[in-house]
Amino acid sequence: MILGEEDHINEEGEFVINMGPQHPSTHGVLRLKVWLDGETIKKVEPHLGYIHRSIEKMSESLSYRQYGYLTSRMDYLSAHMNNLACALVVEKALQIQVPERAQAIRVIICELARISSHILWFASAGLDLGGVTPFFYAFRDREAINNIMEETCGARLTMNYMVPGGVIADVPSNFQARVKEVLKQFKDNYHEYDEILMGNVIFQNRMMDVGVLTKEDAIALGCTGPVARASGVSCDIRKLYPYDGYEKLQFDEVILTGGDSWARCQVRMAEMLQSVHIIEQLIDNIPEGDIVAKTKNVIKLPKGEFYQRVETARGELGVYIVSDGASTPYRCKYRSPNFANLSAIPHISKGHKIGDLIAIMATIDLIIPDIDR
Amino acid sequence: MTNEELKNSFTQIFPAVTFDETGEFLNAIIPSEELLPVMKVLRSSKEFLFDYLFCLTCVDWKDHLMMVYFLKSNTHNHTIVVKAKITDTVNPQIESVYDIWKTAELNEDEVFDLFGVKFLNHPNLRRIFLEEDWVGYPLRKNYVDEHMIEL
Repeated sequence: MILGEEDHINEEGEFVINMGPQHPSTHGVLRLKVWLDGETIKKVEPHLGYIHRSIEKMSESLSYRQYGYLTSRMDYLSAHMNNLACALVVEKALQIQVPERAQAIRVIICELARISSHILWFASAGLDLGGVTPFFYAFRDREAINNIMEETCGARLTMNYMVPGGVIADVPSNFQARVKEVLKQFKDNYHEYDEILMGNVIFQNRMMDVGVLTKEDAIALGCTGPVARASGVSCDIRKLYPYDGYEKLQFDEVILTGGDSWARCQVRMAEMLQSVHIIEQLIDNIPEGDIVAKTKNVIKLPKGEFYQRVETARGELGVYIVSDGASTPYRCKYRSPNFANLSAIPHISKGHKIGDLIAIMATIDLIIPDIDR
Repeated sequence: MTNEELKNSFTQIFPAVTFDETGEFLNAIIPSEELLPVMKVLRSSKEFLFDYLFCLTCVDWKDHLMMVYFLKSNTHNHTIVVKAKITDTVNPQIESVYDIWKTAELNEDEVFDLFGVKFLNHPNLRRIFLEEDWVGYPLRKNYVDEHMIEL
């Protein structure tokens, strides 16, 4: 770690250093100011804003067809779910009935994105703690899923596939066969993931009993997603407030009570299998029909306030739209899961060694553009 | 509790409240000075137990600012939206709810940064996204960006 101008020893003899903004384990431009006593963490303070693009302000001058596209640039690993939230809030406000074919396609694509996101977490968690091999293992499956995304919507990262009323284009004719192929490959590979990283004693020792987040703290800090579910909080939006036909599907909400980094790892590993299970129920039963409901060319929301939440790979994303009846939102607020999960880091890293901070950040799985928005 | 029961219980603890039920949730609008005592009751009283603040934001209505708090109870599984009206748009200020819900810390920093609402008794109020010397508050409707070029 190179010391900069702001690094110093304060009056109490604590060593104050900056971790980031250019630190590999922060996965983006997050700066953590860390107060240390020797190697023990006394206090952590996050500093944000290095890639703040003011998406909320920009949304105020974009139409209801356009504003969703910016959200692919928030949590780029959950781009489909972010777009979906923006589409759902418009559909809710105008009471648009989405065709069943579109709903099935949306769910399949979202669950593929969830697997792809968790598999990238698996890859980078290993990398953060010094294991390079899991990264290459994981990218076999991520690459296969990315290829499907590319065939479906033409993009590998910022997909922009969900539009108000349905999806932007129909799936290619070989979609079902390709997805089944990928799922089979993933299931064949899954035991390797368990062995190479989760079964590794060094990895387990770095994770177990590190960064324990209690259930009460998880709720008070507003944590959602795998982070909260590892602490025993039931918070899966797909179960609590189902959308797009999730209520008709069989799957389990993975809840553990450990609350430490190891529990967060286990939740994500188990969630990937649940996603596979969801896709398997749907892939042979995609109904025939339209892929998008008829909407007016210029969408105007009625006067009022609308809130829609979806479960992204990292937790609860809420879109809060205040409409004054015009064709652009009067105010658009994104309640992003990473912003809330970030506040857990200063809380749970106190008293740990600085090396454990890397392990904690790896399991909280932050995406910085989603924090900065 | 249903919305109707929430309304009755809310009126009992705080009579000067107005309700708006047009949206998905029950909206309770209170004056900004009364925020902290009301929120303390909502958090700790057995019938409410709103332990989860899932969204905190602000809306600029030009003549006033509206703080919006989305609250949910994991025990009773009911939701309410509390809105606090700030009439002073020049020097807006309101009590911080950090002591009740810890998640408010970063969210209030964000509202301070982008709307200029000052939170009293906040542990570390700072401009979280923009630079310390940034002029103006971008999400306010009267914000003028001097770098913007009209095409």
